[in-house]
Amino acid sequence: MESIVRNDLHPAFSMRGITKMFGTVLANDSVDFEVLPGEIHALLGENGSGKSTLMNVLSGIYRPDDGQIEVYGELKEFRSPGDAIDSGIGMIHQHYKLAEAMTATENIVAGMKKPPKNSGKKDDVLRTDILRYASRSPAKTQQKIIEFSSRFGIEFDPSIPAGQLSVSQKQSVEIIKVLLRGASILILDEPTAVLTPQEAKKLFSVLRKMAAQGCAIVFISHKLNEIMALCDRVTVLRKGQSIETCTVSEIDAYDLVEKMVGRKINLSINKPDPDPERRVCLDVKGLTYSDSKSVPKLDNLSFTTYYGEILGVAGLAGGGQKELCESIAGIIRPQQGDILVDNERIAGLSPRDITQKGVAMCFIPEDRLGMGLVASMGIEENILLKEYALTKGPLIRMKDATTKAEQIINELEIKTPGLKHPVRMLSGGNIQKVILGREIHLNPKLMIAAYAVRGLDIHSSYTIYNLLNEQKQKNVSVLYIGEDLDVLIDLCDRIMVLCQGKNMGIVDASSTTKEEIGQMMSGTTLEELKRGVSYV
Amino acid sequence: MFRITKKESFTKAEAIIYRLFGFSVGIIFSGIIIAALGYPVFKTFISLAEGSFGSSIAIRNTISFLIPLSVTALGLSIAFKMRYWNIGGEGQILMGATAAMGVSMVLPSGMPGPLMMLSMLVAGFIGGSIWALIPGFFRINMKTNETLFTLMMNYLAICFVQYLYFELWRDPAKKGFPGIQDIPFRARIPYVSGISLAILAPLIIVLVVYFLIKKTKLGYEIRVVGESEPTAHYAGMNVKKIMFVGVMLSGGIVGVAGAVKLMGSTGTLSSSLGGGAGFTAIVIAWLANLSAPMIVLVSFLIAALEQGAQFIQVRMGVPAAVADIVKGLILMSVLGSEFMLRYKILFGVHTASKKLEERASVDPTMQDSDPESEVVEDSI
Amino acid sequence: MIGDFFSSIGSLLSIVFSASFIASGVAFSVVMLLGTVGELITERAGHLNLGVEGMMLLGASMGYYTAVRSSNLFLALLFACIGAGFGALLYAILTVTLRVNQNVAGLALSIFGAGLANALGSKVANTTTPDNIAKVFTWKPLSLTSPSGPFLSYINKAFLSHDIYVYLAVLLAIATTVFLFKTRAGLELRLTGENTAAADASGIKVTRIKYLYIILGGMLCGIGGLYLPLVQQGSWTNNMTAGQGWLVVALVIFVRWHPVKAIAGAYVFGSLTILGFSVQLNEKLSSIPIFNQYIMSMFPYLLTIIVLIAFSSRKKAWPGPKEIGRPYFREER
Repeated sequence: MESIVRNDLHPAFSMRGITKMFGTVLANDSVDFEVLPGEIHALLGENGSGKSTLMNVLSGIYRPDDGQIEVYGELKEFRSPGDAIDSGIGMIHQHYKLAEAMTATENIVAGMKKPPKNSGKKDDVLRTDILRYASRSPAKTQQKIIEFSSRFGIEFDPSIPAGQLSVSQKQSVEIIKVLLRGASILILDEPTAVLTPQEAKKLFSVLRKMAAQGCAIVFISHKLNEIMALCDRVTVLRKGQSIETCTVSEIDAYDLVEKMVGRKINLSINKPDPDPERRVCLDVKGLTYSDSKSVPKLDNLSFTTYYGEILGVAGLAGGGQKELCESIAGIIRPQQGDILVDNERIAGLSPRDITQKGVAMCFIPEDRLGMGLVASMGIEENILLKEYALTKGPLIRMKDATTKAEQIINELEIKTPGLKHPVRMLSGGNIQKVILGREIHLNPKLMIAAYAVRGLDIHSSYTIYNLLNEQKQKNVSVLYIGEDLDVLIDLCDRIMVLCQGKNMGIVDASSTTKEEIGQMMSGTTLEELKRGVSYV
Repeated sequence: MFRITKKESFTKAEAIIYRLFGFSVGIIFSGIIIAALGYPVFKTFISLAEGSFGSSIAIRNTISFLIPLSVTALGLSIAFKMRYWNIGGEGQILMGATAAMGVSMVLPSGMPGPLMMLSMLVAGFIGGSIWALIPGFFRINMKTNETLFTLMMNYLAICFVQYLYFELWRDPAKKGFPGIQDIPFRARIPYVSGISLAILAPLIIVLVVYFLIKKTKLGYEIRVVGESEPTAHYAGMNVKKIMFVGVMLSGGIVGVAGAVKLMGSTGTLSSSLGGGAGFTAIVIAWLANLSAPMIVLVSFLIAALEQGAQFIQVRMGVPAAVADIVKGLILMSVLGSEFMLRYKILFGVHTASKKLEERASVDPTMQDSDPESEVVEDSI
Repeated sequence: MIGDFFSSIGSLLSIVFSASFIASGVAFSVVMLLGTVGELITERAGHLNLGVEGMMLLGASMGYYTAVRSSNLFLALLFACIGAGFGALLYAILTVTLRVNQNVAGLALSIFGAGLANALGSKVANTTTPDNIAKVFTWKPLSLTSPSGPFLSYINKAFLSHDIYVYLAVLLAIATTVFLFKTRAGLELRLTGENTAAADASGIKVTRIKYLYIILGGMLCGIGGLYLPLVQQGSWTNNMTAGQGWLVVALVIFVRWHPVKAIAGAYVFGSLTILGFSVQLNEKLSSIPIFNQYIMSMFPYLLTIIVLIAFSSRKKAWPGPKEIGRPYFREER
C-alpha cells in the first residue's frame, strides 16, 4: 500500500526557502521541507532549532518573512490557521488547545465547516451529519464522533468536559478534531512528551493506521529512539536551517545526533558516584494534600533522600510533582504528613524559614517565569528576592545583591546586557541559569530542581546537568523532577515514580528500564510489577 | 498585507515620542468631535488654555483641581502596582472627607487649628482606608472580584453621604434647606500669598510614594506581588499581609485627598465633593504609567483641562463635558500608542538581501536564545 | 415592638407585590436588561467592557437627538446603534487590535462616552420626545381591554400593560439564549471566550468574532440607553443612566452569563432601584431608618456586593469566560 501512495504525483506539501525572524533571532533560515502522502516524516532538532516555528508556519499560525508553501502541488498563502485547515493541514500542538470547561464534543465541533456538496468523499456524509446535529442533538453528535474515532482505534468519552479528560485522551480529542476537519496532513508537535511509553506505543499504532490511509504525518521530536521506531524519513533542523533529509532505515542514531547538534558529542551524562554513606537529608512521611477544589493531589506519600545523591521523580503531568515541591518549600500546607530535613521538622514553617534550614528550590513552570522570577525586574532585583528579608530595617539594600548578581553572571556565564535588563528578555537558558545560580548561592542542603531543563537545547541542558552533578559532589541532596525518562535514568541515582500523588515505588536508575517506569507511571506499583501483575 | 511582531525593547526616547504622538492623535480626534458638535475648534482649544493658564486666578484654580487629582492618583497607583483594581477612588475620597467632617464635628471647638487639621487628616486616612479595606478583605481572603466591588463602594458612599446630607447631619440652622454645617474656620487650610497650603499634600505624598515603592522592602514586595503572586509566595512573602497593607495605604491616601478637599476648598460635605476625581485619577495613574513623579505632571495637564472646561462653558457656552471627551480620547490614544512600543508592524515580505543584512546585525548576546519562547505574533 | 416589625414587613410586602410596583419595576428594568444582554455577549467573546455606562449614554444621546431632529423612530434606533456601536468599536480597536488593558479601555470609554453624550444631549436639553414617537410607546400590545376577575386584572396591570420596547427586550434575551446555546455561531462565540487560542487553531476567525460581538453588545447597550430619554423620561438629562451601566456589569455575573436569567436579574435590580421611592410614600415605613429613601437607594449596590461575595465563595462554580481580561496574541505559549 505504501508504495502506491509514494508514487503519487505530488508531495503532500513542500515548503521552500521558509524564513522567519523574531526580533533579531532568525528562527527559520531558508528552510526546505517536503513530505509525501502516506509517510511518517520526523522533524528532528534540538529545542530552539526552529521545528515548531516551521510547523507553525505551515499551520497558518506564523506568517513567514519569505518562502513558499505548496500543498498537493498548489501554491498557498496562509493568513490564519483557518486557511491551513481548508488546505487539509491539521496541527496537534504541544500544549493542547482545548477549552477545558466545554465538552470534548463542543471543542471538536466548534469551527467545523460544511464539506462541499457532492465531493464524493466518504467522510463528508458523516461530517455533514455531525454538523447538522451539532446544535440540536448532542447525543447524536457524540455517537457519530465515537463511530468516527473507533475507526482509528481511538477511544474517549466525548460528552465530558475536556478539562476532566486525561492527558492522552486530550490528545485523542485533538487528533479527532483535526481529522474531522478533513486533514490529510497531520503535524504532531512532540506528542509523546507527556505520554507514558505504553501510551506512546498506542499513539504510534494510530499514526501508522492514518499513514496507511494516505495521510502525510509530520512527527516533531528530539527523541531518536521514537523516530527510529516510527518514521519513514527524517529531516534534521539545526539553528533554523534544514541540514539533511534521510531515510530512517539507512542511517543510525549516532549520525542523527551529530547532524542535529552539529558535532560529535557523547550523549551520556557523566554520572559521579553517589555518596556511599547514605545519610538521610529529607524525610517525607505520609504527605497528603487536596487542593482548594478538594481534588486529591498527594496521597500518603513517603520517601527519603540522601546527601550526595540525585533522587529523580518521574510521573505524568499533574501527577503531584508540583504539589510535592511546593509542600517541601512551604508554599502550600499539606493536610496530613510530616517533612523533616536532618531530622528537624520543616512542615508548617514559612517558606523563608525553610530556606534558612537549607532547602533551595528551582522550579521552572511552563511559562518559565511564573514562579521564582519576576519577569520585568533585572537580575539583581531577582537575586534580592531571596535575600531582602534578611537585612535589618524597612529599606532594601541593593549593594549585596549587585555583587552577588555579578558573581553569578560570571560563574554561570549568563549572557545579559546588564544587571537591570529585565529577565524576561533573556534567552531560556540564561533565565534558568539565573534561578539555579541564585539557589546554588544559598548553599543549600537540599536542592529541588523541577523541570530545570525545560525548553533548553542540548548544550544548555548539559550545563544544567553538570551544575546539578557538582551539587551532588558537594554532598548536596538533589531532588530532580523531570519529564524525559532517558534523562532521569542517565542523571539520577534513584527514581521515584508518582501516579496521582502516590509513590509507586523507588527504582535504582542503573537497573531500571523506561518500560518499567512507564508502567509505574500509569498506576502499577513496583511490588505489583515484581509479582508480575500489570494493569496496563 | 501587513504583519505584526513583538519588539524586544524600546528606548526612553521612543517611549516619549510615541506617547506624544498618542497625545497629539487624541487632541486631533477631540478637535474633530468638537467640530462635529458645531463648536469652533481652535477657539475652544485656545480658550481651554487661556482658562487654565491665562491668569493668576486661572492658575490658582488649576492648582486647586490638581491637588485632589494628584493625591488620589498617587494613592490608587499603589494598588495598581499590585494589580489590585481599586476603582473605588470616588468612594474613598468621600469617606475620607466624611470621617474628617465627623471628627471636626465632635472635636472641642477650642482646639488649636493645626491639631484639629492633623486629626482631620488622620481621620481622612482612616476613613479612606476602611472603605478600601472592605472590598480588600474579600479580595484577599476570598478572591472576590475587586473591580466591581470597589466600584459599588463608590455608590454606597454617595448614598451614605446623601443620607447624612439630607437626614442625619442635616444642619437645622439652614432653615429647611438640606445641607451639612461648615467645618470650623480654624480647620480650614490657610492660603499663603494666594496659594492654598493644600498644595503641600501632593508634594509630600509624591515623595512618600516614590520612596516607598523604590526604596523600601514593602515597596519591593508590592512590586513583586503585582508582577506574580506565585513568585511572591515562593519567595516567602506574606502576600495577604502585603496586599492588606497596600490596599490600606492606597485607600488611606485617597481618603486624605478627600479630607484635604474638604479642608482646603469645599468647607462642607456633600455627595458631589469627589467631583469625579476618583475616576479621573485612574486615567491619570495609567497615563503616567504608575510612576509617582509622572502622576503629578499628568495631573497638572488634566487639572488644566478640567479648569479650562469650566472656563469655556462660561465664556463660550461650550459644555464642560467637552473636557471628558478630550480626557477620554487622550487616554485612549496614548494607551493605544503604547502598542507601537511593544510591537512592530511589517509590510510585505523581506527581500533576501535585507534578510542577510539583518542576520549580520544580530546581537551576539542573543545568539543562543531559543526563539520560540519570545515569539508573539498576530496578523490582522 | 414585634408587632410593629411584622406590620412594617407586611406593608413592605404589600408594596412589593402591588401590581403598580411590579409594573414600574418591569419598566425600570428594560434599560438594564438590554444592557446586560449586550455586555453578556461581549463578555462571552472574552472581553469585559466597563464602558457600558458610556455606551448607554452615547446610544441615548445620539438616538434621542435624532428622534428630536427627525421625528423618526427608526432613524433614532439606528443612530442609537451607531453611537453606542462607535464607542464599542473604539473599545474593540483598543483591546483586540492594540491589546490595551480591558479595564482601562472600558473606563476611558465611559469617560469619553459620558462626555460626548452630555455635550450632544445638552443641545436637545429643553425638548421632549416628538409626539408621533411617544404615541408608539403608548400602545400596549398585550394589554387586555377588559380583564375579568381580580387575578387577570392584576396580571394585566403588572405584566401585560407595557410598551413594545419591554416585550422586545424580553424576546431579545430569549433569542440570545437560543443563539448562544443552540447554534453553531453561538458555540464559536463561547469557544472564543473560553479559549481564544483553541478557537483560532480550530479555524474560527477570532478577531472578526471579537469585533462583531463587542460592537453588537455595544449596540444593545445603546438601544437600552435610548429607552431612558425617549420613553421613560421623555426628555434629556445629563448622566441620566445614573450608574445603571455599572450595575449591568455586575448583573452579568449575577446571571452567570446567561441571557434568559438576565430577565429576572434585571427585574430584581430594577425594582430595587425604585423601591426607595415607593416606600417613601408610606409614612409609617419611611420613618424607620432602614427604609429611609437614601439608605434604600444603597440596596442595588449592596445586593451586587453580596452576589459578588457569594459567587467568589463557590469555588467549583464556573467562573465565567476564561479569556476575560487576557489579550490574545496568536500562538503565545
